[in-house]
Amino acid sequence: MIKDVLRRIDEIDKELKSLEGDRSAVAKQRRKQLEQGRAELLEGCGDLTASDKVFLARHPHRPKIDEYIGALFTDFFVQRGDRQCKEDPSILGGIALYKGRPVTVIGHRKGNTLEENMKYNFGMPGPEGYRKALRLMKQAEKFGRPVITFIDTPGAYPGKEAEERGQGEAIARNLAEMSALTVPVVAVVTGEGSSGGALALGVANRVLMLENAIYSVLSPEGFASILWKDSSRHEEACDVMKLTAQDLLNYKVIDEIVPEPRGGAQLDHKALFDALDAILDRNLNQLSRMGGNALAGARYKKFRQMGTV
Amino acid sequence: MPNVLDMLGGVGRAGALARKAAPESGELTPIWQPPVFVTCPGCERRATRRAWAESMYVCPNCGKYQPIGGYYRLSLILDHGTFRELDEKLEGNDPLDFPGYKEKLAKQTRKTGLSDAAIAATGKIEGMPVVAVVMDSHFFMGSMGTAVGEKVTRAIEYASSKKLPLIIFSASGGARMQEGILSLMQMAKTSAAIQEFSAKGGLYISYLTHPTTGGVTASFASLGDIMLAEPGALIGFAGPRVIEQTIGEKLPAGFQRSEFQEEHGFVDAIVPRSEMKATLAQILRLHTKGGRRG
Repeated sequence: MIKDVLRRIDEIDKELKSLEGDRSAVAKQRRKQLEQGRAELLEGCGDLTASDKVFLARHPHRPKIDEYIGALFTDFFVQRGDRQCKEDPSILGGIALYKGRPVTVIGHRKGNTLEENMKYNFGMPGPEGYRKALRLMKQAEKFGRPVITFIDTPGAYPGKEAEERGQGEAIARNLAEMSALTVPVVAVVTGEGSSGGALALGVANRVLMLENAIYSVLSPEGFASILWKDSSRHEEACDVMKLTAQDLLNYKVIDEIVPEPRGGAQLDHKALFDALDAILDRNLNQLSRMGGNALAGARYKKFRQMGTV
Repeated sequence: MPNVLDMLGGVGRAGALARKAAPESGELTPIWQPPVFVTCPGCERRATRRAWAESMYVCPNCGKYQPIGGYYRLSLILDHGTFRELDEKLEGNDPLDFPGYKEKLAKQTRKTGLSDAAIAATGKIEGMPVVAVVMDSHFFMGSMGTAVGEKVTRAIEYASSKKLPLIIFSASGGARMQEGILSLMQMAKTSAAIQEFSAKGGLYISYLTHPTTGGVTASFASLGDIMLAEPGALIGFAGPRVIEQTIGEKLPAGFQRSEFQEEHGFVDAIVPRSEMKATLAQILRLHTKGGRRG
């Protein structure tokens, strides 16, 4: 279990930290021992199970939308509000420069602290969030900017107001409109991609997915609850849901896997950003050579062939 | 949700369903015959099967709507002798190799006589040709997997290529869990097809029936040019139980029902079953050149 490995790595890191500045021979010896142990632990966690990946995909120290934007883009200008009734902070969006070129960036926002989690509703948008996302995408189309989305959500928020304001309609509208955008659209599944709430930002020309991210019709807990009336059987659900990046690549639901550092992206954000940057750049360059109608047509075809009977 | 079919104890159900209209003949007959007396699961009062049939399976005593089969619904709206089924043989597979799913699918087919939870057809309504898709909640709660997604998409594409108006009657518990991510992708596939159909000027009437929830609500069902709903239908994205668990309080009576959706601006009209055909004909007429038939 990756959980146990990470706990032991954490203990080692703590001890290493306590030894900092200690120049004695004993400490030097111990440091060497610890570093070797750490390397061995990481070496041993190559083959992760589906539920390991669910754990990593939800890891609190996994990079979040604001860090991706900070690392990959410059001059980010935040755009707020759906122009109908409110601003939904569980989706962050705006205009930024990617390698000097204007793009529209949109993603689910979970927040890093409990306070932020609450403020951003744990990355579970209401209809206003999806309508804001659509507004930004249509604006990107107007100005000919590529759209880059970051997907990381437990799902659309199942709340009372969300239903009153048309959660289903908002998601449906995004799926329909996104499919026809005449600018390049690249989606990156960075953490949890659960249900329609994830897909609403995911109708892209290229769907990239982090090695330990998950993408599924519902959370494993929800899946177990619906199918077996028992949400505690979520680990069993992980094994049959086919929600890992490798599974989804086989089903052609995603196009490319972004490799993560051993043990998960939370251990080395920089390494992840570098890997993603290279892949994102290559995909955007390829798409930028296509015309608007060709982009919309290719996107339609891509989703049209999914689950052809 | 109890339905009239369940009151029959399964007697003759498969046989009755098998007697559905043969596609070659273009004829359509009701899919089952009720017994002499049927008790309403809502008010528990009895009515003759004739009274039930005359009311189109809306309780003659209390007015509660009972689910009806897909073929039966088509027989209520299409002109006699115009029904022709599309992609009748299209059935789902088991893309995830999900434990026990194949057997379950076979059982659902035996139970209902359907190949999956949607039926597509062409026919005429008061002489005006249409493409109609009906979801049938008797099959796997009307859930959408690859077979439903593919059938709906092909029907949309057929309507697009023949320049015909499209009517979809939705009834669904949401995405089919056993087909996992591929069920989710059917939301994108069907919505994209509607978008393309719409961009070419196609008319799409979405008619929501009990229950329309989850992935179907969050895709093609919500994208109609004209949005209609049957009285009292549950329509929403998240199910009421999930919402109650999330917010920790009871939902008020009538929450997510057709009338609630109309009040919140998501439905043009609530149309009783008895007026279904006339209303569809009226909308179709209003979309023909000059507003006249044909």
